[in-house]
Amino acid sequence: MEKMSRVTTALSGSVLTGRTMHCHLDAPANAISVCRDAAQVVVAGRSIFKIYAIEEEQFVEKLNLRVGRKPSLNLSCADVVWHQMDENLLATAATNGVVVTWNLGRPSRNKQDQLFTEHKRTVNKVCFHPTEAHVLLSGSQDGFMKCFDLRRKDSVSTFSGQSESVRDVQFSIRDYFTFASTFENGNVQLWDIRRPDRCERMFTAHNGPVFCCDWHPEDRGWLATGGRDKMVKVWDMATHRAKEVHCVQTIASVARVKWRPECRHHLATCSMMVDHNVYVWDVRRPFVPAAMFEEHRDVTTGIAWRHPHDPSFLLSGSKDSTLCQHLFRDASQPVERANPEGLCYGLFGDLAFAAKESLVATESGRKPYAGDRRHPIFFKRKLDPAEPFAGLASSALNVFEIEPGSGSMSWFVDTAERYALAGRPLAELCDHNAKVARELGRNQVAQTWIMLRIIYCSPGLVPTTNLNHSVGKGSSCGLPLMNSFNLKDMAPGLGSETRLDRSKGDTRSDTVLLDSSATLITNEDNEETEGSDVPTDYLLGDVEGEDDELYLLDPEHAHSEEPEYVLPQEAFPLRHEIVDTPPGPEHLQDKADSPHVSGSEADAASLVPVDSSFSLISVSHALCDSRLPPDFFSALVCDMLRFYAEQGDVQMAVSVLIVLGERVRKDIDEQTQEHWYTSYIDLLQRFCLWNVSNQVVKLSTSRAISCLNQASTTLHVNCSHCKRPMSSRGWVCDRCRRCASMCAVCHHVVKGLFVWCQGCSHGGHLQHIMKWLEGSSHCPAGCGHLCEYS
Amino acid sequence: MRLATAANEAYTASLAVSELLGCKQCGGSRGQDEELGIRIPRPLGQGPSRFIPEKEILQVGSEDAQMHTLFADSFAALGRLDNITLVMVFHPQYLESFLKTQHYLLQMDGPLPLHYRHYIGIMAAARHQCSYLVNLHVNDFLHVGGDPKWLNGLENAPQKLQNLGELNKVLAHRPWLITKEHIEGLLKAEEHSWSLAELVHAVVLLTHYHSLASFTFGCGISPEIHCDGGHTFRPPSVSNYCICDITNGNHSVDEMQVNSAGNVSVSDSFFEVEALMEKMKQLQECREEEEASQEEMASRFEIEKRESMFVFSSDDDEVTPARDVSRHFEDTSYGYKDFSRHGMHVPTFRVQDYCWEDHGYSLVNRLYPDVGQLIDEKFHIAYNLTYNTMAMHKDVDTSMLRRAIWNYIHCMFGIRYDDYDYGEINQLLDRSFKVYIKTVVCTPEKVTKRMYDSFWRQFKHSEKVHVNLLLIEARMQAELLYALRAITRYMT
Repeated sequence: MEKMSRVTTALSGSVLTGRTMHCHLDAPANAISVCRDAAQVVVAGRSIFKIYAIEEEQFVEKLNLRVGRKPSLNLSCADVVWHQMDENLLATAATNGVVVTWNLGRPSRNKQDQLFTEHKRTVNKVCFHPTEAHVLLSGSQDGFMKCFDLRRKDSVSTFSGQSESVRDVQFSIRDYFTFASTFENGNVQLWDIRRPDRCERMFTAHNGPVFCCDWHPEDRGWLATGGRDKMVKVWDMATHRAKEVHCVQTIASVARVKWRPECRHHLATCSMMVDHNVYVWDVRRPFVPAAMFEEHRDVTTGIAWRHPHDPSFLLSGSKDSTLCQHLFRDASQPVERANPEGLCYGLFGDLAFAAKESLVATESGRKPYAGDRRHPIFFKRKLDPAEPFAGLASSALNVFEIEPGSGSMSWFVDTAERYALAGRPLAELCDHNAKVARELGRNQVAQTWIMLRIIYCSPGLVPTTNLNHSVGKGSSCGLPLMNSFNLKDMAPGLGSETRLDRSKGDTRSDTVLLDSSATLITNEDNEETEGSDVPTDYLLGDVEGEDDELYLLDPEHAHSEEPEYVLPQEAFPLRHEIVDTPPGPEHLQDKADSPHVSGSEADAASLVPVDSSFSLISVSHALCDSRLPPDFFSALVCDMLRFYAEQGDVQMAVSVLIVLGERVRKDIDEQTQEHWYTSYIDLLQRFCLWNVSNQVVKLSTSRAISCLNQASTTLHVNCSHCKRPMSSRGWVCDRCRRCASMCAVCHHVVKGLFVWCQGCSHGGHLQHIMKWLEGSSHCPAGCGHLCEYS
Repeated sequence: MRLATAANEAYTASLAVSELLGCKQCGGSRGQDEELGIRIPRPLGQGPSRFIPEKEILQVGSEDAQMHTLFADSFAALGRLDNITLVMVFHPQYLESFLKTQHYLLQMDGPLPLHYRHYIGIMAAARHQCSYLVNLHVNDFLHVGGDPKWLNGLENAPQKLQNLGELNKVLAHRPWLITKEHIEGLLKAEEHSWSLAELVHAVVLLTHYHSLASFTFGCGISPEIHCDGGHTFRPPSVSNYCICDITNGNHSVDEMQVNSAGNVSVSDSFFEVEALMEKMKQLQECREEEEASQEEMASRFEIEKRESMFVFSSDDDEVTPARDVSRHFEDTSYGYKDFSRHGMHVPTFRVQDYCWEDHGYSLVNRLYPDVGQLIDEKFHIAYNLTYNTMAMHKDVDTSMLRRAIWNYIHCMFGIRYDDYDYGEINQLLDRSFKVYIKTVVCTPEKVTKRMYDSFWRQFKHSEKVHVNLLLIEARMQAELLYALRAITRYMT
């Protein structure tokens, strides 16, 4: 698919060509290394040791170095390195602690050259000196680094890290005598090869093992390290103290890191676990990888740039037994896919919007938000000079503020605080909530609650006023409550105010309901509703139907909806129930209900205003005939909930969901419910309505939600004497070895709730103090203060 | 005084429990003091451990500041100062890490609800018929609001926990058989499925309690006073022992025999230590000289692995779980022993391809944050713990011995270190020691005081506890490696 990409390399003048390709190896690879001529690559693993030629279209196996009848552990390679000066020379590190050198120039089939068995444990890394032909360095699990001269039989010098295991050793490319080593305990050491007695410098680079390091090919002081703590850090060693200059946070522990040739700030990484991709990062942009190669199906174990002066070819070997050549051009670039725009709502309806400046600039001529009363308060341009990406460098931030007054969210807070969600029969809950809504001037919401009550509860329980209220007003305008139909509703989500002033004559009961249930609906006879583009006509038909069916409740249906008691709430439960308790047994047939219902029919009939435009009487006559299943309305109710949520009134959606509980829960998919819950809880918390939010969490039936208040339940306390945090126990201080809070009544340590007088600061167990103050008004500690307990 | 209150509190809490469990052995003797109106429980016997004389163990009250803090921590976290803590305090450095980890696993933020955690602990301990741990966690389980019905057996627990039974079984006895299919089965069981995070939490708990069961038996931890078998209502004159105490064949008669035998061989055992030190020195020196061939190294591992399967105590009597602990698990016949009889092949697991430091840690920390760090620390402390002493000798580098023990345990689980010469194990660990290791790690319920006494006779008790720490940590790591490798394979 990909055609040639020709790159002239600076060094040799030869031309590197190739494409993105891969080949299958027989076994998982542990490491790879590239020959100086960039035309061959060696792959080493536990049971593989082969040289492949990199051709234009494919990899071709050139040589299998794993010879012999019974392969020994010496061939089980943890690492391999190809000499950058001598193309016949290779070295491998074996898992059993042996360092082997290979001479490809040997005429025999077995190319093994020398065997160093000095390390006691697995050798993790071998490294040739970049300019010296015979110097080899190894780092092992036993904590030692050894320097070998290939002309001699054993090591020249041994460096002891005084620590557990060496994970990586790398010769500095610029400084002839220097090498860096990284350790399992998080340290990095710098050594002078002439001085094996002690390291030149040591610093802690990572939390946990440092798996890899790489010297910058050009910048002499820069060393990149990668660790188990999922970080890549770039250190400037040229200064007196090693200074962290860049830090890239990846998503998994970093197994290898390699600077990209010719690109000063780029480096490639692959990870040890879980994540299979190879990333190329721009260290100045630590959050998004510049490029990503996703070919491998298992963890990548070795990466190498094909040529030291060519930034476009990357080779990688993996546990999935493949060898890949990646072309930088073919890399997927997460930056491209990233969304450069950000949008966020403020608590009071303010809107902040950040985007690429170019994007905003082209549109700046336009009004940011057409046709509404809000306007941008300020328009801020932010330019970050450090950001190197020209195209993405500057971004603009717009903030739109709500006109003062119009965006008040007090209704939200009031509603949240006053709504009753549980603990009473459904009918009472609905009535209560309807009342709350009406008092706050949200008649449409109130109406909905009443309808819900009518739908789900027996008609006999409907009080007169409400019934009248819901029946409509065309004829019964004499009733005082009807004033509320001069609607003054707020669009909850947008905060804009729409005043619906309607002539009474043209209202039928269905439109009344409609108006109140959907304020922003495009409505022919409402001239003042503006700018609404919400397609909501589907409600027209539905509501009409619903209105008719409202009174078709049959006795059976009524039966099935017993008042539901949700779990009583204790004052201070030790730990709230973790298991979801299903709402109490439902739908028990109650014998006492049958006469009740028959009576209620009569009530309903008698209450209906005599008006020819309503066929209510006939409807209630039809009551006994129709047999509607109990969940007949659930589709409508669900639509209604979705409508509210869509409108931004997620409060209503969640409240109804909680109040109705089992009745509708199954008809709305879990995810939507979860989404509503999280949005509502988020809103509540932003308004600091902690109690309400916790109640909602507790009442929610969704598992993902109810576990919200099970996490982070730790309460940290400070000692009352030394003011230090009491880390291990809540009632004994580690430092002053005193019990922090004693009860003034019983003189024991208070381990739970401690109540104290704010006047004299004496106190104790809640129960004890309460009891004490019933009999006496003085402080139990005897300080003479007249304590007050309220 | 602190301990006394602890015991009292725990005791009142647990009365209901023991009634509920209805210990048949002790139940009969309960009525005797009834006439006095109050039945006063009496501690049974010999201090925190049946194997270690009480006077050797640190007395509460005589601890130094560091230990005191540890005790206080332990008490605050668990509401008790259990016998395990009292024995482990031989090695306060380890104990600290151990308690921290256990506290985090059981009580801090984690994906599993609290009662699940204790129940999993019960399941794991019950696999080894460790009534000590089961009793402790039955209390805790009820304390955090667990459903007492579950305690009647695994089949009464939720399906989700029942699904875990298979993994528990395999993990406890033959962890090398864990495949990604096991993991898949748990993760994809529709409404009973586990999430990855929950599974990792459960796996860590299971391995923790499997190895803790090893420790309990390996050190002969006595039952807590408030648990079954830990107290008696009989007046002390009747008998010092409750029948429950004999479950593991540690009758007082046993003890006397061993003691007399021990006296005879004091001089022998003196030479044991000397010989061991000599061997260590030799190994250290000759390592450079003679280099075994690769084939030989490989075969040494195989030999050691095969032999480890036949190392079993001669007094290998069938101990059927006498207690109602068996309710908590099914398939009692499934054990480590089975496979040695059938000569099954244990595939070799190469540490260089999947090790705790590189792979296991990252996976655990990813799915169950902070726990990887805690366990990692615990492994490190256990592996590196040394006082440079061996019996009466000081300034000894014991790293070689510790490594041999560690690798021997891993070897029993088929885990191989490429860079280790398994011939060393044969040199350093004698047969009685191997029998002890093997029994503690694989079938802890069969450990007897005789076994404990017969290895390393000249060594101090604290050193034997040290050995136990190595054993349990190595075992935990081995089980974790297999389980985590399966999870990794499932994820890729």
